[in-house]
Amino acid sequence: MKARVIVTLKSAVLDPQGKAIEGALRSLGVAGVQSVRQGKVFDVELAGNDRDAAEGVLKDACDKLLANTVIETYRIEFAE
Amino acid sequence: MKAAVILFPGTNRERDAERALTLVSRARVSTVWHAETELPAGTDLVLLGGGFSYGDYLRCGAIAARANIMGAVRAHADKGGLVLGICNGFQILCEAGMLPGVLVRNAKLRFVCREVNLRVERADTPFTKAYRKGEVLKIPVAHGEGNYTADEETIRRLESEGRVAFRYARPDGEIDETDGPNGAINGIAGIYSEKHNILGMMPHPENYIEPEIGPTDGRGLFESLAAALKAA
Repeated sequence: MKARVIVTLKSAVLDPQGKAIEGALRSLGVAGVQSVRQGKVFDVELAGNDRDAAEGVLKDACDKLLANTVIETYRIEFAE
Repeated sequence: MKAAVILFPGTNRERDAERALTLVSRARVSTVWHAETELPAGTDLVLLGGGFSYGDYLRCGAIAARANIMGAVRAHADKGGLVLGICNGFQILCEAGMLPGVLVRNAKLRFVCREVNLRVERADTPFTKAYRKGEVLKIPVAHGEGNYTADEETIRRLESEGRVAFRYARPDGEIDETDGPNGAINGIAGIYSEKHNILGMMPHPENYIEPEIGPTDGRGLFESLAAALKAA
């Protein structure tokens, strides 16, 4: 089973990298971008086909390593 | 005094730390590989040095914080043993949850490598007894991710419990957050654990211990450690 974990900074946390990217897009003339925040994507392959079990495994992975919950939140998506 | 310097893949300041501990603290120093599960018997101080453990992959210090040896480091601290994390070592201690908060990308996105003025917030801990409260030290920093941040409640607790060890300051000791090297909240450059036996700091006191190199303001920290452990 394939899953995607998306880790993003909490909304209250400043993201200087996102801001720099936002500025770069503006200077490239890419119009209409209001704001950019940078995050991370992990594509994970899991053994078995039990979605609930897989979600449990991924939550554990996020809490233990993939996200620093002091500043980040995560979201888990499964490929159909 | 017996010190253990932990070595992770990508640590690169362990030799400087060893030199400071040997020369100034007169410590017997052993280097401990991250895959070990125990510290050498009789270890008084654990030092996590600077560098780029695991290439800063994922987040600075994130993978090192989960290494085998960290169980033993945590147990040592739980018993009241001293732990000092410098630069990447500070990042590792935060990632391990042994110190609160986190170090994020410098506010201006630049790697900063220069001397800073560092104000000593208290001079009654095992790490700072050789200094005076309010003394301004010259110590270098070299980091890209030293911007200390935590939620409001944590900052309030650190401040009210006297757990800020050092702040980035002007030469006269005044604090100016916007003038600091990395944008850290309240100019925080280093913090203590609840019992003040764990210190994490971004600046490198081990760089400034010999007059041949320049200022020697870093010596006080290593002298303090030696005195504290002798008295214990």
